[in-house]
Formats: sequence, C-alpha cells, structure tokens
Amino acid sequence: MAKIFAVTIVLIAIGSAIPILMHTWDMPQDISTHGHLIDEQYADTMAEAGISFLVSQFLLAFFIWKFSSPKPGAKIKSFPGGAAGLVIAAFLLVGTEVLALGVFGAKAWASVYFTPPAANALPIQVQAGQFAFYFRYPGPDGTFGPLHADQISEANANFFGLDTTHDQDSKDDIVSAEMAIPVNREVHLLMHSKDLGHSFYVPELRVHQDFVPGLDLSIHFTATKVGKYEIVCTQLCGLGHYNMKAYLEVKSQEDFDSWIKQQAALQ
Amino acid sequence: MHDTSAHAVHHGVPTSFIRKHVFSLDHKVIGKQYYALALVAVVVGMVLSWIMRIHLGWNNFAIPGLHLLSSTGAPGNVLTPEYYLQLMTMHGTIMVFFVLTTAPFAAFGNFFLPIQVGAEDMPFPHFNMMSFWITFVAFLVLVSSFFVGDGPTLGGWTQYAPLSAVGAVAGPGQGLGVVLWASSIGIFCIGQLLGALNFITTTLDMRTKGMSLMRLPLSAWAWFITSIMGLTAFAVLMPACILLILDHVAGTSFFVASNLVINDQVLPHSGGSTLLWQHLFWFFGHPEVYIAIVPGLGIVSHVLITNMRRPLLSHRVIIYSMGSLAVLSYMVYGHHMFVSGMNPYSSLAFSFPTLVITIPSTIVVLIWLGSLYGSKLRINTASLFALGFISMFISGGVSGFFLAQPSIDIMLHATYFVVGHFHLVMAVAAIFGIFSGTYFWFPKMTGRMMNETLGRIHFWLSFVGTYCIFMPFHYLGIAGNVRRYQAFTDDYLIPLIPVHKFITIAALLTGLAQFIFIYNLIHSRFKGALAPDNPWEGTSLEWSTATPPPHNNFGDKMPVVYHDPYQYSVEGASTDYVMQTSPEQLKNAPDEK
Repeated sequence: MAKIFAVTIVLIAIGSAIPILMHTWDMPQDISTHGHLIDEQYADTMAEAGISFLVSQFLLAFFIWKFSSPKPGAKIKSFPGGAAGLVIAAFLLVGTEVLALGVFGAKAWASVYFTPPAANALPIQVQAGQFAFYFRYPGPDGTFGPLHADQISEANANFFGLDTTHDQDSKDDIVSAEMAIPVNREVHLLMHSKDLGHSFYVPELRVHQDFVPGLDLSIHFTATKVGKYEIVCTQLCGLGHYNMKAYLEVKSQEDFDSWIKQQAALQ
Repeated sequence: MHDTSAHAVHHGVPTSFIRKHVFSLDHKVIGKQYYALALVAVVVGMVLSWIMRIHLGWNNFAIPGLHLLSSTGAPGNVLTPEYYLQLMTMHGTIMVFFVLTTAPFAAFGNFFLPIQVGAEDMPFPHFNMMSFWITFVAFLVLVSSFFVGDGPTLGGWTQYAPLSAVGAVAGPGQGLGVVLWASSIGIFCIGQLLGALNFITTTLDMRTKGMSLMRLPLSAWAWFITSIMGLTAFAVLMPACILLILDHVAGTSFFVASNLVINDQVLPHSGGSTLLWQHLFWFFGHPEVYIAIVPGLGIVSHVLITNMRRPLLSHRVIIYSMGSLAVLSYMVYGHHMFVSGMNPYSSLAFSFPTLVITIPSTIVVLIWLGSLYGSKLRINTASLFALGFISMFISGGVSGFFLAQPSIDIMLHATYFVVGHFHLVMAVAAIFGIFSGTYFWFPKMTGRMMNETLGRIHFWLSFVGTYCIFMPFHYLGIAGNVRRYQAFTDDYLIPLIPVHKFITIAALLTGLAQFIFIYNLIHSRFKGALAPDNPWEGTSLEWSTATPPPHNNFGDKMPVVYHDPYQYSVEGASTDYVMQTSPEQLKNAPDEK
C-alpha cells in the first residue's frame, strides 16, 4: 500500500508538471512594453516553485516508500543535521528565494505603477457600469468635459452624464463602446466606475486594475502589436458579470486617426 | 499550571435527554454537535458545487428536480446566471464558515482539548453550549435565505461593497439576501468568540498537574493558537457585518461612495468607502485561512507522530512556526487587494510578509519530511490522510509564491489559479486534516472502530480525485480564465471549456466517493468493532482514559503528567511508547526537560 502511494505521489507530481513544461495552457502572448518584466518574473517563479514542488513531493514519496515497512527491531534514525539544519536550510533557501523574488518582482511592479505616464500619452477615459464598459476620448480640444451623475441616461445614450449644451469641453468628446488605441503609443487610461466594483483585465496587455466606486484611478501602458483583444471584467458585479466585456483594437496610427474621425462624426 | 481539583467543573452527569444530547454542557457532546453540523454543511456545500460544476461544463444541462430549489432560479431545471452566483456564494460561505472553521477547530478542539490538557471540561460550559447553538442559529439564518425573497445573495463569500451594500437595486438577493448573510455571519462570529474564549482559558488555566505548556500535544497547541486568531479576527468581522447591515436598514453609507448611478438613478448614499469593506473583511479573511489550516497542522502532526513511532525532530520548532503563521497572517491580508486600487506602495508592503510567511510553512513541511526519515511508519487510513495532507499542503503552498507577488498577480488575480491555490492549500488540505482526525479519533469519540478497508478506498478516490479537480484549475488560471463566471463566452475562454468538463466529471466522482465515508461513519458508529482504550498505542492523555471517556473525562482520579507528549521508541523504556501519565523514569528521552 505504502509503495503504491509513493508511486502515485510521484506520478501525480510529474503529471502535474507536464502541462507546464509543454506549455499546454499558457499565458496569452504579451503585446505590451512592460509585460516582459512580468513574464520573466513569472518564469523565474515557476522555476523556483516548480523545483520546490517536485523535490518536496519526491522526498515525501521516497520517505514513505523507504520507511513504511521497517524490519523488526529496527531503530529510529535521526535526519542528518536534525531540526536545526532544516530550519537553517529553510531560512537560507526559502529566505533567499523570497528575497530575490520580492526584490525583482518589485521592479516589475514599479515599472507598471511607480512611473508617471509620458507627457504625450493618449488620454482615454473608461467608465465601468453594470454590465458594459464605455470609453471617452477628449476630442480636438484635448480636454474632457465634466461628468454629471444625475444626467446619466442609458435611454438617451448619455452613458457618462455629459452636458453638451452647457459644458464647452464636452462638446467635442467622443464616446464609444469599443476601445481603439494606436500601436506603440502610450495610453493613459483614466478609470472610474458608474455604479459598483468592476475590473479592467486584458491578459495580452498584462494590465489588470479594479474600478473603485468613488475613486478615480489611472494606469498607463503601450501596446506593441496591432490586433483585436478582449477586455473582461474580473470583479464580481452582478448577474451579467460573466458577459461584461468590450473589445480593444490596437491599430496603426493612420487607422486610429481615421477611426477617431468616424467616431467623431457619429456623436 | 493548575491542579484541576481546584477547578471542579460545576455540572454533574446529566439525566434528562435534553441536557444529555441537545443543550448539553459537556464539551464532548458539543464537539460531536459541531462535527454533525459540519457534516450537514459539507454535504450541502458539496451538492452546491456539483450543481455549479455541471453548469460550467454543460451550460444548458437540465438537472432533474433543480426547479424545486427555486422555480425562478432554475426554470426548466437550468440555472439562471444570477442563481449560479447565488449558489456559488452559498457554497463558499457554507464551506469556509460552517465546515472549515467548525470541524477542525470547534469539533475536534471541543472534544479533545480539555482531555489533552487533562481537564474535566472547559471552564465556561454554558458559554460553550451557547457557542454551538449560536453557530447553529447562524447556519439556519444563512440557509433560510434560499427560501425568502429573491434568494440568497449573489455577491460571493467575500461580499465586496458596494455590490453588497446598495440593496436590491444591485441584483437578485442583494436586498434581504445580503441582510441575512451579514446577520448569519455576525451571529457566527459571536459563537466563535465564545468558543475561542473557552479554548484559551482551557489551555492556560485548566491543565492538570505536570502538564506544562511544552508538554501539550501539537494538536492542543494548534487549537490554542487558532483560538487566539479567532478571538481577534472574528472580533473585526462582526462589526463589519453590523455596518453592512446598517447600510441596508438604517440608510447609512459606510461602504457606498457618493454619486453612484444604477438604472439611471443616483443612489441616495454618500461619503462611504469601497475599500473599507475590503480592509475589514481581509483583516479577518486572511487569519481565517489559518484558522482553517493551523488545526490541520496540529492534527496531522499528532496523527503522524503516533504512526511514525517517534516525536518530530523538534516539538518547539513546530509550535513557533504555527505561532509565526498566526502573527504573520495579520500582516499579509493586503495581497488580496494588489489590484484593488489600494496604494501601489502598500501592495509591495504586503508582498514581503506574504513571501516571508512561506518560511514557517516550509519549516513545518521540512520538519515533517525530516521526521519521516528513519521512522517506523505505520500505514493506516488516518496516516494516509495525514500524508495526503502534506502532499496537498505542498502543492497548494508553492502556488502561493506566485500570488504573493503583485507583478504576477496582475495576470493571475481573480482567475482560476487563485481558486486552485486556496482550494488545495486551505480547503482540501484542511478537509484531509479532518479526515485524518476522524479516522484517528473516531474510536475514542464513539467507542467503535471505523472500517479500515472502506477508509482506504475513500482515501484513494479522494486523493487522486482531488488532484484531478484542482491541478487543472491552475492551468485555467494561467490561461487567464476568470473566476465567478457562470458561462465562458469570451473568445479566449471558449477553448478552455473541455478542461472544465474534465474537472466537472472529476468533481462528481470524487464527491460520490465521500458517501463511502459517510456510510462508514454512520455504519461504524452503530456496528463497528468495539474499540480498545488505546487502539493506536498513543501517548497523550486522550489515550489514557476510557473509550469513550466518562462524563468528567478521567473518572475518579485526575491524571498526572510525567513526560513530554510524544515518548515513542525511547531506548531503555519497557515498551515502544511511554504514556504521558506513566510514572516510568526515562533516561534517554530525547526531548525530556
């Protein structure tokens, strides 16, 4: 029984590692300038966690195999080095490991959150609400008009609560249910929620940020590959949560310019 | 340390049925009551997970009879999107609070802590009785939400505000459902606070002669440490629940910011903080993870030592590690909030203790492995589940490396990777601890042995089945599969549906295997072979009293303790093991003080 158990543990450990080693299911391809730092951090962590996982499971299996049917009269043996050796090993090995992961991981995190957006970054506002995202571009004046919660009206397609009659800055604002951005240009995304907690997650872009009702948050990123990607909500927001999504289109500068013109004409 | 004769517990042998079996003051009966409650709760929680899993694999599958649960939630026996979320919320809440907190801590702890310290009972038997019945009421209040209004809340077991705080306008179950949820959990907290108070005083004040703190078995230490966590963590969750209820019934805005708009109407709230709920909840929520798992560490150590016929390499190191886990558990909670909008510098501040907490966890695992080396391991169902626990704890632990780092959390937050991680390390590991404890202590609790063959079948199906369910969760998460979706309609998620189908089949089969356990439990209770007083040749105090123990635990004479708890294979001793109560002098006991 014990030997079968030991073999089972080994088989499960190897079986669990195979899809990881074969990249059967993998993170989607990175299309951002900062994503490689996250991916490298992930790969380093996978190596360290993977080795820890395999070695521990193998040791567990080996000891179960070896010590489960002692000969009559066998004496208890002590692990070389005893508890002190193991505690020191844990501090040294895991301590070094977590210190390294922490320090290098902080670098990846800092690249996303501790750097200000470039001065020429394209500002886009995104509003999350049950169960849709809406995007606003500032138009030719480069300025967003103010928001009026009491003027929000789904029926009149005034998703942001803009007052284009009185607010000069709002008149040229462009609102869209789809997000388009130019490739290789930094985007400064200004995030707010209309109603509840939501999230903005684009796996390819290595971007993930919650919307917090009552807080204006912002993130910035640069997409490096033209294509169409999905923006999904990851913060449980009600019955339509699973279906709350929008498309992100990364376009060439020319395509983006003509898209903006089309959208302006539709307002 | 006290002579318990000075602490004679003031209740005699009960004579009426009600005092004996219902409103009992006896810690052993209360422990069994907690166990029974956890058993009912775990069956409910598991059936809910089956319904969810079937729905995730086959979205339009009609589950016969489901409309009986809710005609609006499952018209034509197919789940609606909102009812999926409502069942999911109940699954999480029932499992975390009424299974993972009650079984390893309240059930086993109640039964065995007073016996292991050598006491007649806990110091406050009435509080102890109230603790169980309050918890029972909390369970009824939670379950009642299935049958009133538009059903239970759909907000998940974490009940993030403002979804949980704005009322029925946010969706089905968000009015009365949330109020019932918060009431239930608030009541539950009171029950656990009373329980924790009893556990702490029992450990500190009720130890018998000779029982120094370091002579306590590791299971007793684990319950003691857990009770301190419970006292501080539930004391934070309870007021949070009260504030949440007030947001519903008193027009307050603790968790709702100004100018929120739903259905084109500005909500009548202002000035609240969305993140306040998350801070309060996770200040409880992360210690709660350790409230679920630390008793498992203690139980598994206790079971393993008995079956390895040796003490662990170090008794103290395990105690200090469990203590470190408890202290650190309060400093790491922010890792649930890396992308929540909290200050990004805070994320780094929470990341380091989260990484550091892997050190005491690693030490515990290494001490177990190092102690297995050169042991005389006995294989039985209890030791198999204990060894299975170690395997699960390792597997679930290493994925913590990823989630401890905010940069990687950008990819993995709110995905199935997280679901796989916490199910392995906290849920299934804790359940394996419960199983191990059950097979080990059942003889002492009932006077009868469990069926070993059925136990081993149960183990094999559970061990392999659990890995088949929860390992693939990690792969889904790596591929970006978001959790809490009732269907996968996104282009990049559709190719992952076959993995979900595999998981569903594994979950159904593994779940079915649990009925072998329940059958074994009930059958052995009445028909099992009669158990001797010390079937596993253990050394701690529960094995030195009768099986099952008498009302006052030790009969006429309170035990006197002469040794450390785990004197196995001591050279020069007359037997393979020397009980704590044995006055035999030991010359070569390695850890003897």
